[in-house]
Amino acid sequence: MKKIIPFLSMMIVIMAVLVLGQNWLAQINKPPIKAANTNQVLNIYNWGDYIDPALLAKFTKETGYQVNYDTFDSNQALETKVKQGGTHYDVIFPSEYLVSKMTQEGLLAKLDYSKIHGVDNLAKHLLNQKYDPHNEHSLPYFWGTTGIMYNDQVFHASQLNAWGKLWNPEFKDQLLLIDGPREMLQPAIQALGYSLNTENQAQIKQIFNKFVALGPNIRGIVTDEKKQLLINGDANVAVTYNGDAQVVIDANPHVKFLIPKEGGPIWTDNMAIPKNSNNKKAAYAFINFMLNPKNAAQNAEYVAYSSPNQAALKYLPKSITQNSVLYPAASQLKHAQHYNNQPLRYFNEYNEVYLEAKTKVSLSGGLK
Amino acid sequence: MKNNIRAKAFFAIPYISWLAVFVIVPIGLLIYQSLTNAQGHFTLANFHEFITSSVYLPMAFNSVFYALIITTITFIISFPAAYVLSRLKHRQLWLMLIILPTWINVLLKTYAFLGLLSKSGLINQLLLTLGFGTHNLLFNHVSFIFVAVYLELPFMLLPIYNSINEIDTDILKASRDLGAKPINTLRQLVLPLSINGIKSGIQAVFIPSLSLFMLTTLIGGNKVMTLGSAIELHFIVTQNWHMGSTIAIILILAMAVTMYFTRERGKQK
Repeated sequence: MKKIIPFLSMMIVIMAVLVLGQNWLAQINKPPIKAANTNQVLNIYNWGDYIDPALLAKFTKETGYQVNYDTFDSNQALETKVKQGGTHYDVIFPSEYLVSKMTQEGLLAKLDYSKIHGVDNLAKHLLNQKYDPHNEHSLPYFWGTTGIMYNDQVFHASQLNAWGKLWNPEFKDQLLLIDGPREMLQPAIQALGYSLNTENQAQIKQIFNKFVALGPNIRGIVTDEKKQLLINGDANVAVTYNGDAQVVIDANPHVKFLIPKEGGPIWTDNMAIPKNSNNKKAAYAFINFMLNPKNAAQNAEYVAYSSPNQAALKYLPKSITQNSVLYPAASQLKHAQHYNNQPLRYFNEYNEVYLEAKTKVSLSGGLK
Repeated sequence: MKNNIRAKAFFAIPYISWLAVFVIVPIGLLIYQSLTNAQGHFTLANFHEFITSSVYLPMAFNSVFYALIITTITFIISFPAAYVLSRLKHRQLWLMLIILPTWINVLLKTYAFLGLLSKSGLINQLLLTLGFGTHNLLFNHVSFIFVAVYLELPFMLLPIYNSINEIDTDILKASRDLGAKPINTLRQLVLPLSINGIKSGIQAVFIPSLSLFMLTTLIGGNKVMTLGSAIELHFIVTQNWHMGSTIAIILILAMAVTMYFTRERGKQK
């Protein structure tokens, strides 16, 4: 007992010093927002590292609104936080499927277009999609597509110009796929020529069989690791997002990216205003600020994803806009499809197919 | 006397509240989730699906199979190692070297293996200089088992080492003096006397091996599916918490069965 009490008190003192020290460090690094009234504060909830911080300072300088900026790392986190309602964000950045889900759940405010300037700057092919008809609740912020990256020392573009070619025996134990129910099945769906949102039972069954047939060619079903694997030359072919492909290409010039002739799925991350926002005025000011071509260009240069803002392209260096990885030609996007939010029944069905296909592929591998 | 009981009850408060908050309540929630469906109705459908679907039973067999392989290999390495270790002069030092890697975070060690096993990694470099060429060492069953064995080895070795260490050396000397061959000493003395260490080693390796999920993704490239990876998928990707909880409950049952068969027997005090 005599020894325990000094020991415990010492631990408590050390912890107290650490907590105070941490607070002190946080204080000197980030001055607290001095906002007398909430009308002067804009609460933003965005993906991590998804905006040029200089733009936030510029926004405060131009409009006088103090920005309170929080980040999330998944759509699920965003949805949960807004649904719980404890926090009042003014601008959020959901992906397209979440836009339609949150619209159905009544979580998003309808956009008032009389207060928005610069919608004409946005690329037409990204507007008025099924996930948000007439963009009543959201406007695209960044976009991207899915294609195939490969090492040109090992494979040639002509071997990969259609999704169906992934089934060829020359890719035995070579392919890296994206881990996710819809992302993993996508090559099979497009090789069969079906809609990415198909709800047809017979087609879903065929998709399952088609995927299982791909089994011998699958090297792994991974997420972020594939970037390093391609850079090191550890793997030679991967289905991937174009933004990720660009990161790999910058590090290993032998890696090339292409979109097969059937096109790839297009995703968008979008700006939206939650219904429980306390400061819609500031939210519109921010959306207008981001729609400004010069600001959009600055942001696109920092984030290195593709900007939907057509007017911004002329402010971007040619090395970026002429890069067909980040800005594919219109002809390559002719057949592109968007993922829609699925009714729960089909959501579960895709998940089952995903799980079953994954298990089947892993079991058929056997002990090598 | 009465005071003593009260003091005991008082000192048990932290432990009991810990148990309640972090063991009993979560298991209760898991059971509740596993017995309900998305509409919140009580149902046994999740368990029915586990047994009838073509996914979960093969996956369960697969998990048990891998866990058995991992446990067997760690035992084959650990038992002789523990035996030799208990006979060494500087055993504290050698033991330290085995414990040391467990101080490093598992995720970090796994990432280190990603580097070691990659095409430009150390192992492939060695194979290349020895004239065997380079191979795809990542994303297959062998690399998965190899890394799992590496991670689990200390948990098998330490309990066996402790129980062998406790054996009175006079007994072993007596056995030699009475003319027993080393193999007989091993079979009739060392093995039975260290059986409790072996059992706890098996518990400490087999049960976690059933539910490995991070390794299946990072080293197995998702080409190895275990019940652990299925739970992760259901909770994070498919958001089907009911099925995820069902699998978790079945794993807990499997754990209980393992504990039952490897319990300490005949030690009445």
